Amino acid sequence: MIVDDSLAIRRKIERCAAVGRDVTLFTAVNGRDAIELFKTEMPDLVTMDLTMPELGGVECIKVLTNLNPGVHILVISALSDKATALTAIKNGAEGFLKKPFTDKSLDIALTELLDTEFHK
Amino acid sequence: MMTENEVQVFIDGIKHYFMAVSDSKAEVGTPYLIDVKDSPVSDYMGVIEISGVRKGKVYVLAARAMLRHLLMSLGETYVTPELIVDIVGEVANTISGNVREQFGSQFVISVPTIKEGGVGVIKETEQAFSVPFRWKSYTGHLVVCLQ
Repeated sequence: MIVDDSLAIRRKIERCAAVGRDVTLFTAVNGRDAIELFKTEMPDLVTMDLTMPELGGVECIKVLTNLNPGVHILVISALSDKATALTAIKNGAEGFLKKPFTDKSLDIALTELLDTEFHK
Repeated sequence: MMTENEVQVFIDGIKHYFMAVSDSKAEVGTPYLIDVKDSPVSDYMGVIEISGVRKGKVYVLAARAMLRHLLMSLGETYVTPELIVDIVGEVANTISGNVREQFGSQFVISVPTIKEGGVGVIKETEQAFSVPFRWKSYTGHLVVCLQ
């Protein structure tokens, strides 16, 4: 599941995530929509923006990890300070990718998390 | 008051953004103080409100042609008006978010708001620096107003 308030970024992540992978993708535009979609679709992996309207990424991560402690969450955010990354990790995210990102850096980050899921 | 080093952080942010999302680097011009009379104007403007340890706004102004080309660099093959409006906000959001590496996590940024149609910056603080930049054949401006 891709959570980002930017249409262009959601589409970029969708294109990259679909290359060479047999995956079903869902998208949400803010934390509140993400929680509703998560309850019905129960995705294995979530990419999560942090600065979003309605409900921000850190609060959303807390809810999603409560609903499914096994979910893999990759934060993709422009907020590049260490404190923000640590807060996201502390609340349940497993990875942090800084915007702007390249297709290659996103592919590596997604592969790492999907490998974790495969080897569970 | 903004220091020279703080303006440089935004200049570095512009360069980093365009290098990361495309195969062309942005050339950044000399920053200058603006007033209401010579505020830059462009087709689209993404605005980020700053709160926390600093107060103010960061603006990214760009022409439709630049944003269209930028979207194609991101992999879009069919550019819609919705995508053009979206990407100017995302550029402003990304550059503003990246500067937290230097300004710290108490430099709080809002979600972007977008204005379109020959829009210019409304100067709300004493100092407003405009940083002109050129990416490919297009010119844009990043304006920083910080207290």
